[in-house]
Amino acid sequence: MIRFLAVTLLASAPVFGQVDFSGNWAPLYHEDLPDRIPGPELGDYLGLPLNDAARLRADSYDADRISVVAEYQCRPHSADYSMRGLANMRVDPIRDPVTQRLVAFHTRITFQEMERTIWLDGRPRPSEYAPHTWQGFSTGTWNDNMLDIYTTHLKESYLKRNGVPRSDKATFTEHWVRHGNYLTVATVVTDPAFLTEPLVRTQTWVLDPGQVISRDICETVAEVPKAADYVPNHLPGTNPFLHEVADWYGLPYEATRGGAETLYPEYRKKMGKVERSRDRCERYCSCGAEGQVCLSPTAAPPGRQP
Amino acid sequence: MTRIIVCASVLVFCASVAKSQPQNLDNVQIRVEPVQHNIYMLVGAGGNTTVQVGAEGVLMVDTQFAPLAPKLMAEIRKLSPGPIRYIINTHMHPDHVGGNAAIAKLAESDPALPLKIIAHENVLNRLTATAPGQERFPEAGLPLDEYGTPSKNLHFNGEAVIIYHEPNAHTDGDSLVLFRGSDVISTGDIFTPGGYPFIDIEHGGSVQGEIAALNHILQLAVPAKTQEGGTYVVPGHGRICDDADVVEFRDMVVIVRDRVRDMIHKGMTVDQVKAAKPSRDYDTEYVTSNSFVTADRFVEAVYKSLSQSPGPGKSSR
Repeated sequence: MIRFLAVTLLASAPVFGQVDFSGNWAPLYHEDLPDRIPGPELGDYLGLPLNDAARLRADSYDADRISVVAEYQCRPHSADYSMRGLANMRVDPIRDPVTQRLVAFHTRITFQEMERTIWLDGRPRPSEYAPHTWQGFSTGTWNDNMLDIYTTHLKESYLKRNGVPRSDKATFTEHWVRHGNYLTVATVVTDPAFLTEPLVRTQTWVLDPGQVISRDICETVAEVPKAADYVPNHLPGTNPFLHEVADWYGLPYEATRGGAETLYPEYRKKMGKVERSRDRCERYCSCGAEGQVCLSPTAAPPGRQP
Repeated sequence: MTRIIVCASVLVFCASVAKSQPQNLDNVQIRVEPVQHNIYMLVGAGGNTTVQVGAEGVLMVDTQFAPLAPKLMAEIRKLSPGPIRYIINTHMHPDHVGGNAAIAKLAESDPALPLKIIAHENVLNRLTATAPGQERFPEAGLPLDEYGTPSKNLHFNGEAVIIYHEPNAHTDGDSLVLFRGSDVISTGDIFTPGGYPFIDIEHGGSVQGEIAALNHILQLAVPAKTQEGGTYVVPGHGRICDDADVVEFRDMVVIVRDRVRDMIHKGMTVDQVKAAKPSRDYDTEYVTSNSFVTADRFVEAVYKSLSQSPGPGKSSR
């Protein structure tokens, strides 16, 4: 009997280091709230290690594209951006029906019904000629209590919703760590086309067993008549919105242009003083985090006439 | 004058032959990538070959270079023992038609089930327009089942196969091939993810035709949930794609076209436009050290295309 119990216990115990990430998770927005809830300001590239190509691509982005070009309407976020936590997430374990070993985690995020599988069974990557997808191909390995995930085969997407691009050559690693009912996810994006060094971002989720992951069905509709060869874009040097973020927050315009040096604390010395410091918050102040609605400000930024 | 133009055209064709064919194909391995249903993409050293297999035999879209034909056939025979019934050429460049004759010979077709080689008539015109002293394109590889209409239909292996002429796009003889049942489109070099399109002005290509052809692909393709999958797209070169990938590529061509057109309106010369690098934010994605189409070459083609009327071979769709 003792022998039977010992065998049973050994067989059912998780492999050392495995943590159960399954369950319903809700994102917390104490980090980077303005970027994640109301959305990033146009022209705000601060803290992003962009190269010149990425900067020009973002400058030429016209947000009309996502309504005028029907094919953009139902696009989900890509896997790297979806972990910024813009909707709730359910994580399900996938187990081998015979051995009950954990084969993968499957995630489903409400927005656009994003579904992703993180394979833990050591399967090989698809061919370099295989299709790329929004969620890519992810494999995970255990690093003590941390799950390290590596994702390839991504479609072209964005690093921010203000047109900052991320190419289909990019890959990213994630590190999932569970602290009780909190899940910390660190993403490290490498993109030889648009980044001069890896972009590191972290997000926190909280276990929320009662939440419902509902359907989110999208169909494209051609809402605006347009010529077939029209894709909204700003010609180089003509985007009128690029100074808005500097004007709103009183920042030097050069700082908002981003680049690797704007990632690091030392840049504050080089950046100099904020041009117009405010005595109170005037834009997206704590919205979302405490239940407030994120209304767009009605006034024009200080540097622009309405 | 006409003769001079024809000779110049053939010289350019010869140059592109020399440029396109790698010196040594001995070590090239053919990779077989399943696409969807009974459609496969075969990757070697030339353009991609699309293969449809079924009870009635084999249909190929493009044949890469002649020396690769035995390897291509060996891989096709792993997919189907059936007769090679159709070769469809998407255009006239040697990395897409070079293996026609060799495949025809290896196919040893039954007279009752002859091999037909199909392409738009402009492809046949280009391949038969040899200059004095130039080696003729092998007759066994000529697309003598040419078509001159906006589209041509087949029904093969249980599905409709629709061939669309795309006027003045990559060349003046481009065809898209839609496998309607399998839900796959083979595009030839109209669509080359990871590389700028080769707008072959000398052979009737134009940027407006290129954009129109890309938009036609988007009309034909129906993505599945979350704008991915559904219709799959086999490009002329590069990986298997879908609607969303074509959208990114189309947007790139349109945006670079817009910038070059703006510079032309400002009176800039082609050298000034190239120096301004209007594609510089796309170069890191679309140019590598092995790229056949450099940024300058793409920009120059767009400039020339916008500066002149469409070339010969225009047809209606």
